[in-house]
Amino acid sequence: MAGLGGRMSTVVKAKISKLLDRAEDPAETLDYGYQKQVELLQNVKKGIADVTTSKKRLQMQSQKIEQSVVKLDTQARQALSQGREDLARAALERKTVAQTELQSLDTQIEQLASQQEQLTANEKKLRAKIEAFRTKKEVIKAQYSAAEAQVKISEAANGVGEEMADLGLAIQRAEDKTEEMRARAGAVEELEAAGTFDDLSQLGEGQDDIDRELAQLGAGAQVDDELAAMKAELGSGGSDSPQIGDGGESK
Amino acid sequence: MIVRISGEGQYRLPDTDADRLNELDNRAVAAVEVGDETGFGDLWAQMLALVEADGEAIGDDELVPSDVILPPRDSSFAEAAAEFTGEGLIPD
Repeated sequence: MAGLGGRMSTVVKAKISKLLDRAEDPAETLDYGYQKQVELLQNVKKGIADVTTSKKRLQMQSQKIEQSVVKLDTQARQALSQGREDLARAALERKTVAQTELQSLDTQIEQLASQQEQLTANEKKLRAKIEAFRTKKEVIKAQYSAAEAQVKISEAANGVGEEMADLGLAIQRAEDKTEEMRARAGAVEELEAAGTFDDLSQLGEGQDDIDRELAQLGAGAQVDDELAAMKAELGSGGSDSPQIGDGGESK
Repeated sequence: MIVRISGEGQYRLPDTDADRLNELDNRAVAAVEVGDETGFGDLWAQMLALVEADGEAIGDDELVPSDVILPPRDSSFAEAAAEFTGEGLIPD
């Protein structure tokens, strides 16, 4: 099977062989290698803990967006009952964007949770491998000549090194993913904040970039439907409710 | 032959699978070159399936480097495609 090997294993092998070059005495190499592995295991544990923290933060962001959805819906209703269909529409457009984002965020959080389980399982495996290395290094020290030991050491160290590098890569991927998710969730939160929905009157004057973008996102059909439903609801709420948005041609 | 599915673990495959895996690898590279995402996805699924069907999971106490490392199962086409270039995962 000479010649086979992925790109990553080549990188790992290069690192490990550098490590092995540091000591000429096999016993010293083995002890140093083991010590290094134990050290690196701490980094792995920290990496997994970071992914867990990121996941919790994303869950909190998801809850905030959920609150925004409720808030925007309420504001749309208020705007409509005050005869401001334009504002109601803007609020509903934002609500649609937030809802879509929320769905995708929740799916991704679920995926992240299963990735996290896999990371934890692989960390356990790595720990077992390091433990196996510890046992093996004593056997190698006791049973092999220096020349023979070098081959055995190289194989064992590469085996552990590859396991570690692969887990490191998986942690990195999970972190990158949470980073990306956090950025997207943050953008949605900003949408709501930039919408100045705390002061409905501010929305009336001229559209900002976000408004135009939102309109383009074509929340269109869904917003129309919701608006119609809301109107019907408000309309049936009381006979003296004003008719909104019909242009008033009958009056 | 030792094969790792990145993010999952290592498997021991009979050496007779090397040619089959290499063939799938070469075809996957060809699919990437012409931007055939569907074709690539199919070939990659076949590679994973071959490893799972014929492979025997390596024990936690066994310390061996892999001969071939397959990208993570949940890689995007772009991510996986970056690995399947030139001679592919398995140099010919």
